[in-house]
Amino acid sequence: MSAQQAHLQAVGSQAAAEPITEQARRAADEARVGWERFQELIAEDKRVEPRDWMPDHYRKTLVRQVSQHAHSEIIGMQPEGNWITRAPSLKRKAVLMAKVQDEAGHGLYLYSAAETLGTSRDEMYQQLYTGKAKYSSIFNYPARTWADVGAIGWLVDGAAITNQVPLCRASYGPYGRAMVRICKEESFHQRQGWEILYTLSHGTEAQKQMAQDAVDRFYGPALQMFGPPDDESPNSQQSMAWNIKRFSNDELRQRFVDMIVPQAEALGLTLPDPDLKWNEERGHYDFGELDWDEFFSVVKGNGPLNHQRLAHYRRARDEGAWVREAAAAYAAKQDAQARETALLSA
Amino acid sequence: MSGFTSQDSATRISVGQAITPEELRSSGASADEATARYALMLGDDSLMLAQRLGAWISRAPELEEDIALGNIALDLLGHARFFLTYAGSAWGKTEDDLAYFRDEEEFRSVRLVEQDNGDFGKTIARQLIFSFYARELYSRLVDSADETLAAIADKALKEVDYHQDHAAQWVRRLGGGTEESHRRMQAGLEDVWAYVEELFVDVDPTTQLAEADIAVLPSSLREPVMQRLRTVIEEAGLTVPEVKGAYGADRTGRFSEHRGYILAEMQVLARQHPGATW
Repeated sequence: MSAQQAHLQAVGSQAAAEPITEQARRAADEARVGWERFQELIAEDKRVEPRDWMPDHYRKTLVRQVSQHAHSEIIGMQPEGNWITRAPSLKRKAVLMAKVQDEAGHGLYLYSAAETLGTSRDEMYQQLYTGKAKYSSIFNYPARTWADVGAIGWLVDGAAITNQVPLCRASYGPYGRAMVRICKEESFHQRQGWEILYTLSHGTEAQKQMAQDAVDRFYGPALQMFGPPDDESPNSQQSMAWNIKRFSNDELRQRFVDMIVPQAEALGLTLPDPDLKWNEERGHYDFGELDWDEFFSVVKGNGPLNHQRLAHYRRARDEGAWVREAAAAYAAKQDAQARETALLSA
Repeated sequence: MSGFTSQDSATRISVGQAITPEELRSSGASADEATARYALMLGDDSLMLAQRLGAWISRAPELEEDIALGNIALDLLGHARFFLTYAGSAWGKTEDDLAYFRDEEEFRSVRLVEQDNGDFGKTIARQLIFSFYARELYSRLVDSADETLAAIADKALKEVDYHQDHAAQWVRRLGGGTEESHRRMQAGLEDVWAYVEELFVDVDPTTQLAEADIAVLPSSLREPVMQRLRTVIEEAGLTVPEVKGAYGADRTGRFSEHRGYILAEMQVLARQHPGATW
């Protein structure tokens, strides 16, 4: 290689190298500015929007939380959906149908919110299908009687609302806004559930017994919906620092207990906890230790219906695959046809 | 009857002015015996189909379809509640008395709506036929000399408009999608086609009521409905089945084998607690 060639090569590689360095520098600048801006938004309790820069961990935390919430809505359609064909009056049947349909709608809102973070709905479906994704453990319990539909509305939706109202202020914009709508519908569901139980507890002896039995079974699992006690909840602190989560698991659980005790009294039903009593000093109800062995066992897959809930979901996806393929094929054909028409008329 | 506009949401779109079964009941509108028997037929058709479609929720091929099929089921259940409430006014019975405490031979539904869901193709075939029929029926029933039937038809018409659109779009997609979807959609049509004819058979008391401009004569719906069905099916590249109407089409007790199972499931809880309030 001549000196001249060597010189040219060096210049060339330098010329090629320069833009890359420049690019990297610019990216680093953007990240720094983005990080500062993100910190500002969080500090000022403002909303982070899809196009804003955000730390990877923030994005991942949100995708996990929002998709888990969406999956819970989808799996949650099963226990109550199971009663649509047997609802004891046409009005109750209509209300229940509308409710389960609302849950599908919530799933849609939430999957859409998660998609703004760059994870596709298909990817999230796949995570649920393979059992990789989690959903709320409460839906692994059976809805055995009609009163369970009431207990799910009152206690499960009630716990969900307690959890979700603060999420309306979550720092991530699309999630917070989806939650506003969801909370409105959920509070309607909770009242419907309470009303089912009220009618039963003021009905025949058999109906009252049915209502009490349902409350006995759903009380503990509903309290566990807030997650493990604060000292065993590793992700909570970071989520609170990022204004995703606003209150700790134990704070929310206490708020829920304080809410349902007078409601249970109004129903004329008892809550299955001998340690439940008003604590004047704290200004809250004290309640007994929950069965955390049961909780972790259900989370790990050993609940009464973990296998069946997932199998039901997989069966629906499998049996519907040909329909989705047909819709995609038809849309592609329509597109091709439209392009051809456009070309011919051009 | 006072109208109201319900709130729209992701899962339900309001159709403007609407009445509720409760309003119908408290309005004091009372049907005579023949009109009640006619309302019962219409109500039973909607009720059976709502019951069938309701079973799709959480089992549909896609989330949007869980919502759509649920929405259609909910509309049909609403129609059933209107018709049964009105029918019951002649006999001092509620919608629930009629839905939960009649036996198999007392229902008046056509066999089409009692057919099992099968796969999505069969469900869509059943939807296509019933929604086209209902659309034509209600578009004429809005002019009924019976004000209550006309008001119910007016509300239902806006909803079945959407039902037939939903069904026709799926017939096009499945007919023109993949080889498998084409085959399944065709098979779905073949499966239910024998029960189309029953929709158009003139039975008592409809004939007399039609003369008084209260009911729509079923046989007068045959031509327009069949014409529109043929068009959609052929445009989707499918074939109109050459299946003769199944014998015994008279709504008077020659019901399908499915009916007993449908009622056993639908009525089980209500019948375990007779007289209870829910």
